[in-house]
Amino acid sequence: MYYVQGQTGEWEVVIGLEVHAQIISDSKLFSGASASFGAGPNESVSFIDAGFPGMLPVINEKCIEQAVKTGLGLKAQINLRSVFDRKNYFYADLPSGYQISQFKHPIVGKGEISLDLENGETRVIGITRLHLEQDAGKSLHDQSADDTFIDLNRAGVALMEIVSEPDMRSPEEAGAYVKKLRAIMRYLGTCDGNMDEGSMRCDVNLSVRKRGVKELGTRCEIKNVNSIKFVQQAIEYEAQRQVEVLEGGGKLVQETRLWDTGKGVTRSMRSKENAHDYRYFPDPDLLPLVLEASMVEKIKAELPELPDEKKNRFITEYGLKPYDALVLVAEKATADFFEKAAKGGDAKLTANWVTTELFGALNKLGKSIEESPVSEEMLKELVGLISDRTLSGRLAKDVFEDMLSSNKTAKAIVEEKGLKQVSDSGAIEKIIDEVLAANADKVAEYKSGKDKLFGFFVGQVMKAMGGKANPTMLNELLKNKLGK
Amino acid sequence: MTKLTDLTVVQALNGLKNKEFSAVELVHAHIDGMQKAACLNAFITETPELALAQARVSDARRASGHAKALDGIPLAIKDLFCTRGIRTTSASKMLENFVPPYESTITQKLLDAGAVTLGKTNLDEFAMGSTTATSYFKPTINPWTEGDILGAKRKLIPGGSSGGSAAAVAARIALAALGTDTGGSIRQPASLTGTVGIKPTYGRCSRFGIVAFASSLDQAGPMTRNVEDAALMLKLMSGFDEKDSMSVDIPVPDYTQALGKGVKGLKIGIPSEYRIKGMNADVDAVWQKAADMLKAAGAEVMDITLPHTKYALPVYYIIAPAEASSNFAKYDGVRFGLRVNGESLNDMYDMTRSEGFGKEVQRRIMIGTYVLSAGYYDAYYLRAQQVRRLIRQDFINAFKKCDVILTPAAPSPAFAIEEKQKDPLQLYLEDVFTVTLNLAGLPGICLPVGLSSEKLPIGMQLIGKAFDEETLISAARSLEESANFTHKPLFTV
Amino acid sequence: MQNNSNPITKETVANIANLARIKVTDEEKPAMADELNVILNWVVQLDEVNTVGIEPLVNVNDEDYGSLRSRPDIVNDGNIQTQILANAPSAAMGFFTVPKVIE
Repeated sequence: MYYVQGQTGEWEVVIGLEVHAQIISDSKLFSGASASFGAGPNESVSFIDAGFPGMLPVINEKCIEQAVKTGLGLKAQINLRSVFDRKNYFYADLPSGYQISQFKHPIVGKGEISLDLENGETRVIGITRLHLEQDAGKSLHDQSADDTFIDLNRAGVALMEIVSEPDMRSPEEAGAYVKKLRAIMRYLGTCDGNMDEGSMRCDVNLSVRKRGVKELGTRCEIKNVNSIKFVQQAIEYEAQRQVEVLEGGGKLVQETRLWDTGKGVTRSMRSKENAHDYRYFPDPDLLPLVLEASMVEKIKAELPELPDEKKNRFITEYGLKPYDALVLVAEKATADFFEKAAKGGDAKLTANWVTTELFGALNKLGKSIEESPVSEEMLKELVGLISDRTLSGRLAKDVFEDMLSSNKTAKAIVEEKGLKQVSDSGAIEKIIDEVLAANADKVAEYKSGKDKLFGFFVGQVMKAMGGKANPTMLNELLKNKLGK
Repeated sequence: MTKLTDLTVVQALNGLKNKEFSAVELVHAHIDGMQKAACLNAFITETPELALAQARVSDARRASGHAKALDGIPLAIKDLFCTRGIRTTSASKMLENFVPPYESTITQKLLDAGAVTLGKTNLDEFAMGSTTATSYFKPTINPWTEGDILGAKRKLIPGGSSGGSAAAVAARIALAALGTDTGGSIRQPASLTGTVGIKPTYGRCSRFGIVAFASSLDQAGPMTRNVEDAALMLKLMSGFDEKDSMSVDIPVPDYTQALGKGVKGLKIGIPSEYRIKGMNADVDAVWQKAADMLKAAGAEVMDITLPHTKYALPVYYIIAPAEASSNFAKYDGVRFGLRVNGESLNDMYDMTRSEGFGKEVQRRIMIGTYVLSAGYYDAYYLRAQQVRRLIRQDFINAFKKCDVILTPAAPSPAFAIEEKQKDPLQLYLEDVFTVTLNLAGLPGICLPVGLSSEKLPIGMQLIGKAFDEETLISAARSLEESANFTHKPLFTV
Repeated sequence: MQNNSNPITKETVANIANLARIKVTDEEKPAMADELNVILNWVVQLDEVNTVGIEPLVNVNDEDYGSLRSRPDIVNDGNIQTQILANAPSAAMGFFTVPKVIE
């Protein structure tokens, strides 16, 4: 259990996360402008997005489906009737002077998410709700000395706001939550989770209380933290800050703070006068959203296998260690790659190869698994050659390197370089005899007690055989020859 | 031969069809009229060159045998409809120079029907008012004003907010006009100017491209000199629009077919709650006359009750400002419209909005903001919406007994603005007979039935069931026939 | 609703004016408060109505045409930068510009 060590004792940290996830869709939530990233300023903007007089919203059916899908992926209650409300406030990147959101009746209600913690444990965190809302545009403050530049491309893009229960108690849990939520949405294809592009943003709600105390302390909100690492750092900093204030006899103000990445601190937002009065009221331009139960059922029936289920299946079906299974299901593409490569072969060995050699190589090359130069079939073949003892494990690594750059298959390389593992006892014995003969002095030393030299002989034989000797067989035969 | 400007729309279409005159001639006559009638301040923006260009194209189309439903007919458009490339001000300094790069659905439909745009008419600023005197530009003068308009001692208001459109139609500047109605803004001016106006059922006509005042109340409607023209205009304006999520997807009947149906056997309800204490005697007399006329034409006239009537105005003056306060947040000087520079963004907002909005608009934004604010939402806004449900229920109950309801449209004939400017509340009471329909979402028509003792027009309102404009038109046509109101304003072109 | 017969004070006017981003000077505040109080004292008559159990009415057609229509996920709008900026009081390099905001 994570505690902040204060002067007066241990403090528990109570954390809730609000995640804003941009929905994967072609057009925006209430307009037909493109929702894609990357256009020039104000190019993906319709008159509706720009809040021009007389413009009216019309909802995008795909965005509704994506929200339902995500809700189902969070095992949450889908509210067949939900209402859009206006959240009224003034800001230059909010063209209409209000955001269309959902206040009292969100499209998704209570759900849950299971965290995978480092010690192998899982912990279930409650989801309070998920609702649909519009994203705002972007303000650029650094383009000119006197002016702020406004780009409305992002204004009106569909967001899901996902609110967790304040169930988390440590930076690790918060990180695991974000990771899991991101994975689920990526599996579902409802959000790409690119925190650096801003398609997934976190607000952290944090309070502290003395260990054992039941009441919640005063809460602060840290807005727009855009990486898992920063979420964790912000929590550490803020928890410490709050403890120091309270232990110093001070009072905490319920406020919104910003995470300053450069300085590694949270700062009070200067523009916060009193709490915003958003004057929520049901948007009179929109009717309540009423979903057919059959539509929700259909989406449910078509849900892909999600990370938790897949992990459990990998453990039971393939006999994988929980840790390996967890690593493989972190991304659907990885899990799919693994399953294809493992089909009909040694699943454990395949898993090992994917998580160590393949990942390592892809990291170095800066490629994603979708861009892997070694395909599922190619890896399957390589693992197969190890399994049937054609290739030693060590040589396999070399072959793999070759496969990465040459794009040739394992079989082809083995053929070409004559790397077939030698399991012909006669051939190995012959070389053993030669090595022992050439190193008679060392043999004598070995026989008189220097056991370590066994490794030397193994190495020499391997070297002489170009690494192709079947190691198990070599060991056996060498032992016999040395008479031990 | 009738003066071209004295024709009705239907007569003009026939004249064009029979080659009695061309669209260019027709439009020319109205452009001349527009100039002659400049003293009325009915228009904010006149578009004579555009009108003539459209007229020429119309004639060519007609000559090639492809005349459209409204081809060549000169219309006046309330300056709340966004018209592409033509300044659309909402009669506010805030949008004084705003040129929309898009067209409202309704004006597009009328353009597609071949109509000609004479210009954009005056209104109360952002449609908030019943006099047209809150316009940022000069107030419109009712053509029923006695004497020389400019020098008149008693300049009568045309009503509002669609006062410019009403005056244009009444004074024969345009053959017909477009208005909008949020609390009576088509019907009350129609009554005060002796013209016909229809507020359709909410959701009948598209709101896309109309500067929004109160989203759950606004509807566009035609303003004409007779019921037949209004029926034709309504048919062309109505219809499902996928760009308006509140637009209702049901077929549009041919409203002109409803004209001759008469009122035999029709049940006309007279709500007792509309007979208010101290009611203007002339208005009451015309109301009674209208009931008698309908009875004589075969209708059954009966008393009905709409118990929550007296609460309609307070409900309206909570809901309309609340929605408006949110709708008007977009007027912030950032992307279009007036900007008054400030030291900071908030400063810019404050200065822009104080200078851009007139006093009445500011007042309503303040009320609207207050009734939505934390701590007051339940007491004011929520409660008003609950009472709104009761008001609507009153009508649903009444319509189990009757088919159409007859009431006055305005508490008095036209007056001079100085006479009622004591406090904002006084002017709010102008809407007493009309706001109920907007709250309930029901259709209403107003047509001139009689004159006051000062020889000013008094109109009567017929209220119909949701999407039953046909019955309204039948009843209105019958009443129009019986009333035989042929009086013209003192000033016409 | 309010029992207090004049719910709007100068402070209330200041708060509302701030929320509404409308400048009301100190001189103007009392008159504005008076005008708003007249209106609020008039609408308070709604307290007479028994609204227990009555569902608020937001959309008049909610009983008969009551659920939101959606559109297909097609890009058919936007790409009109020039028109979007055409009425801008201040623009530069494709952006709207406003006085600098310090966060």
